[in-house]
Amino acid sequence: MHVVVCVKFVPDLQSQRSFTNERVTRVADDGSMNELDENAVEAALTMVEAHGGEVTALTVGGTDAVAAVRKAMQLGAHHAVHVSDDAIAGSDVRGTARVLAAAVTTLQQERHVDVVVTGMTALDGMTSLLPTMLAAELEWPALTLASDVELESERATIVRHLPDVHEEITAPLPAVISVTDALNTPRYPNFQMIMAARKVEVTTWSLADIGVDSARVGRDAAGTRVLEAQIRPPQENREIIHDTGDGGQRLAEFLKTRGFA
Amino acid sequence: MTHIAVLVEHTSGDVRQSTLEALTLARSLGDPVGIWIGEEPSSDACHELGRYGASEVRHVPAPDQSTYTAELMAQAVIAAMGEASVLLAISTFATKEVLAYVAHRTGAGIVVDAASAAWDEGKIVTTQTVFSATWNVRTAIQTPLAIVAVRPNTTQAQASPEPAGAALVPVECEFTQPHTTVLSRTSVKQQGIPLAEAPIVVSGGRGTEGDFSLVEQLAQVLGGAVGATRDATDEGWIAHEHMVGQTGTTVTPALYVACGLSGAVHHRGGMQASGTIVAINTDPDAPIFEIADFGVVGDLREVIPATIAHLQGR
Ligand SMILES: Cc1cc2nc3c(=O)[nH]c(=O)nc-3n(C[C@H](O)[C@H](O)[C@H](O)COP(=O)(O)OP(=O)(O)OC[C@H]3O[C@@H](n4cnc5c(N)ncnc54)[C@H](O)[C@@H]3O)c2cc1C
Repeated sequence: MHVVVCVKFVPDLQSQRSFTNERVTRVADDGSMNELDENAVEAALTMVEAHGGEVTALTVGGTDAVAAVRKAMQLGAHHAVHVSDDAIAGSDVRGTARVLAAAVTTLQQERHVDVVVTGMTALDGMTSLLPTMLAAELEWPALTLASDVELESERATIVRHLPDVHEEITAPLPAVISVTDALNTPRYPNFQMIMAARKVEVTTWSLADIGVDSARVGRDAAGTRVLEAQIRPPQENREIIHDTGDGGQRLAEFLKTRGFA
Repeated sequence: MTHIAVLVEHTSGDVRQSTLEALTLARSLGDPVGIWIGEEPSSDACHELGRYGASEVRHVPAPDQSTYTAELMAQAVIAAMGEASVLLAISTFATKEVLAYVAHRTGAGIVVDAASAAWDEGKIVTTQTVFSATWNVRTAIQTPLAIVAVRPNTTQAQASPEPAGAALVPVECEFTQPHTTVLSRTSVKQQGIPLAEAPIVVSGGRGTEGDFSLVEQLAQVLGGAVGATRDATDEGWIAHEHMVGQTGTTVTPALYVACGLSGAVHHRGGMQASGTIVAINTDPDAPIFEIADFGVVGDLREVIPATIAHLQGR
């Protein structure tokens, strides 16, 4: 089978970064593959280990985004595709879904794609909208937030645990499956895998290569526009006390002053 | 006046508190109309929606259980939305999927996890936080239809000074064959207030060493819900549904009390936008103190009982 895993490059949350007008300025060594995409890569690898086949890692983004597919290859992905084009800048989630869907369709022309796997959310925006949008764009089933996945005779069945409901959902393949971190424990790449990944070439595609009209993506086609982004000011008037026997009393007083008790 | 469609969240026929918040916000944007998917709402439920300003309650009978998926919910929403210029909903994993389909079908711009929404020069402008709530972002929606999912507890629910009619309007929807089939669905009984909607959350981590009783007692005294870190739920100290954070529930209560948890970035991402943050931790260098309004460096086994005693006036 052929499994495509979508991975995203995200800035390192612990380090400094900045927004320019509409996007984040990212420095290559100041970010990596979205942590939760490790679970998606692991899921893709497990699928082909059980059923045979190959994994293609796919990312959309600027030049530094290639780090995301490189990481996926270190973990064991067989092929890597990086869609990069100046016209993509400023895309909203719909534009990104459009580009990913076109890339999957282009991959399909060479070799049938059975499953597209994604992480459950990206640590930067945390919207979780992309997997569903991508499925809608491909007109494929969306099996989202899977904490368990079964593949059997051209069909995928997942279990998902939402805060108020547990569900078991099934759909025929091909399908888009988003996975949570409860599904598996991602493997660590060893030295050999890291060295081997260096040799694999990353295929780079422009919008023209995947047949996307540049007017349909990017800033001008986006349904949303970031007006302003500001780092949240550090917590002011913090009051940290050491408990010397009156900690509970002072906490209770704080809660009362703030009207919580 | 322009219609603001509000997707009503309801449990066992009762309107959820978060929907009353959404209606309150909707009133500041235009004329709210409710979208109710499921069994026909009771007259009490309609009355409640009217008290918060809904002039209409548009009811779409739900598809059957096995096809009750985000894809078909989206079709119901589109059928009921009509000419509304804004679609407002509450940000939950399930609702975001519905809205993703609606946005895809209608081409509307979408913002989720918003803290506010207002008109500005003819466009809906939202505020939200990104990067684990370390950045504030303002976004303008460019399309004629704006889709916004707001976080619970970001608007204070207030009944309308003049109640609206909340006329029940049946809406027909021709559902297509969905791509997915639900084999089973089990409701999870949540004790007390649902975590995401609770105005006060008291959370415990590894520092509880497996005993959540003090955290639960403090939550009860304050009238809040109980949260936890992933370490605590992984250990089986408390059910998975209580996990707060990046891969758990995102909460934005007015008060968040963090007990014996370090404040890892994954956890902070799900609570940092809370109104007031209080932390109790033995380690003065715990990262949770960096975002706390009030912190007590101390042992939760001493600090929590003393806090409860003083709150109860003993
Ligand atoms: C992909 C991924 C996703 C994740 N998602 C989440 C998520 O959604 N939510 C989440 O919570 N975590 C998540 N995690 C885990 C997260 O990284 C941390 O490991 C976890 O939050 C730590 O839990 P903790 O604070 O309970 O434990 P610790 O980090 O061990 O902290 C325990 C704290 O308790 C204090 N303490 C000990 N004894 C006492 C005492 N007697 N009184 C007071 N204080 C005491 C200690 O000083 C310490 O600060 C995720 C991890 C990964 C890799």
